[in-house]
Amino acid sequence: MWKRRADIHVIRPLQLKRNLRIKVPLILCRVPAGFPSPADDYVERTIDLNEWLIGNELATFIVRAEGDSMTGEIHSGDRLIVDRSLEARHKDVVVACLDGEMIVKRLLVRDSRYYLQPENSSYPLIEITEERELIIWGVVTHSIHSMR
Amino acid sequence: MSKRRQELIGLIDCDQFYVSCERVFQPALKGKPVVVLSNNDGNVIARSSESKALGITMGMPYFKARDLVERHGIIPFSSNYNLYGDMSRRVMDTIETVVPAHERYSIDEAFVQFDEAQPEYDAHIVKQTVRQWTGIPVSVGIGPTKVLAKVANKIAKRQPDTGGVVDLSNAEARERYLKEFDVAGVWGIGPRSSAYLKSEGKPGDAQPDLWEASGLEPLLKKSRVETAYELMHCSDQWIRKHLTIRGLRLVWELRGISCLPLEAFEKPKQGICCSRAFGQPVMSLEGLGESVSMHAARGGEKLRKQKLAASHLTVFVSTSRFLTRPEEMYSASASLRLAEPSFFTAELVAAAKLLLERIYKPGFQYRKAGIYLADIVPQSERQQSFLQHTDAGKRERVMAAVDGINRRHGRHTLRPLSMGYEHKWQMKRELLSPRYTTNWREVPRVRLSEQHSS
Repeated sequence: MWKRRADIHVIRPLQLKRNLRIKVPLILCRVPAGFPSPADDYVERTIDLNEWLIGNELATFIVRAEGDSMTGEIHSGDRLIVDRSLEARHKDVVVACLDGEMIVKRLLVRDSRYYLQPENSSYPLIEITEERELIIWGVVTHSIHSMR
Repeated sequence: MSKRRQELIGLIDCDQFYVSCERVFQPALKGKPVVVLSNNDGNVIARSSESKALGITMGMPYFKARDLVERHGIIPFSSNYNLYGDMSRRVMDTIETVVPAHERYSIDEAFVQFDEAQPEYDAHIVKQTVRQWTGIPVSVGIGPTKVLAKVANKIAKRQPDTGGVVDLSNAEARERYLKEFDVAGVWGIGPRSSAYLKSEGKPGDAQPDLWEASGLEPLLKKSRVETAYELMHCSDQWIRKHLTIRGLRLVWELRGISCLPLEAFEKPKQGICCSRAFGQPVMSLEGLGESVSMHAARGGEKLRKQKLAASHLTVFVSTSRFLTRPEEMYSASASLRLAEPSFFTAELVAAAKLLLERIYKPGFQYRKAGIYLADIVPQSERQQSFLQHTDAGKRERVMAAVDGINRRHGRHTLRPLSMGYEHKWQMKRELLSPRYTTNWREVPRVRLSEQHSS
């Protein structure tokens, strides 16, 4: 069911018996009497950010990024949405647990070797050698960056 | 031999649940000795296997454990119920996505129904899914009955070579394992377990143990019944005589005859209790009033969450039970019946304050206060009195709005004024970890660069 390579656990997504759904509140226009709003036909529902940002609520966690090694893509202070139920793939940004420390990096897989790549070139590429323990804590699906 | 198709019961139990919750967000704690303390940092209510090996026992008072904690660098935590409650919800709902029928037994245990065809495979899928989605490790015990599923779970936890899953649906496997299983470990036989200890004062987890009082162990040991296997083979008459009908049901369950069906639906609660010991003694009526108002508000919230209403309210206060001089000791309670079942916070708070004024005596150092709601009915079945002049629909809408705001912005954002804000009596939780999953300001911080680059 899961493969074990060196210290990396790759867990395949599992088939679920029931689909998960996020509840979306529907707005219904109340018409006590008289004239219905002409916009009524066009109102579907409100926009729910959860629906856009969260795939699997049970496995989703929010973390706060700190530091500057991913400058360009992720900034210090950004809130990251992390889905633990996704299988990490080549080039995913992941929250990794490297020798017990949680860090955010891009995961690279080349010839069955694993690397953690910082976006900022002044930091080194980390190769996951036999002595290191890497556990993928979760896959970053979105970064929430405030503009003001 | 014809094989009757049987439904199998699985018990999914989180491994060292409170410790595991802390470890999800602090992975460096893996392999390190950790303990979690009860309210007011009083007793040890959870320990990692490393702490257990160092001699920390369940329920040990913290002041007694302190020496070991300091000597071995054990990492202590105050209980973070916001975190444990949310992680429990995630674990339980995750289980529900994989297996259909499901009974939440406690904050960290659930009974499920497994298909007979491939229970172990299904168990591994549950285990892996929960581990991956939530980070919480679980063990799974499988058997034809709840009692056997419990036994299987204990074996799965105790013996790492089982891979965390043990199936006792097969009679031979059962015999082999039960011969080595101490009778004290059977559900309902030994002393009240950690589940009871842990449930003390824990919000939202008031499910009573099916077997309530225990203590059958000394009797059995005296009669030379040492293992579960020997208990299983006692005669029905003997068991009935010595262990009552309760014991007989238990033994039948051990033999594989189901007496305790899966209760997939939550029963309406008998009573709701909200209370908490104070971090430091409270003497004033105002201080007690704040606490009682908070508990009444919380009680209302619990009622509404389950669409219930209560018509009987009790308020109680007491001084510390460790006092020895009788003139320092005082405890009292008072109850009243509401005109009609209510879920309306303002009404519950007003009634609670009235009752408190009735029992309050100045000059005592109060250590605990709380409320108890009884005569609980579903809101839909609420009998309305002829005298009623309240608009139930309006109250429902008001409280739904309040609950919505509090859900979004944190508990007690909207609160009865009498609850106050300072709360000098608030419980002591000096070693509390952040509310990683329920508060925007406390989400885990993750570094973009390595701290100790090698």
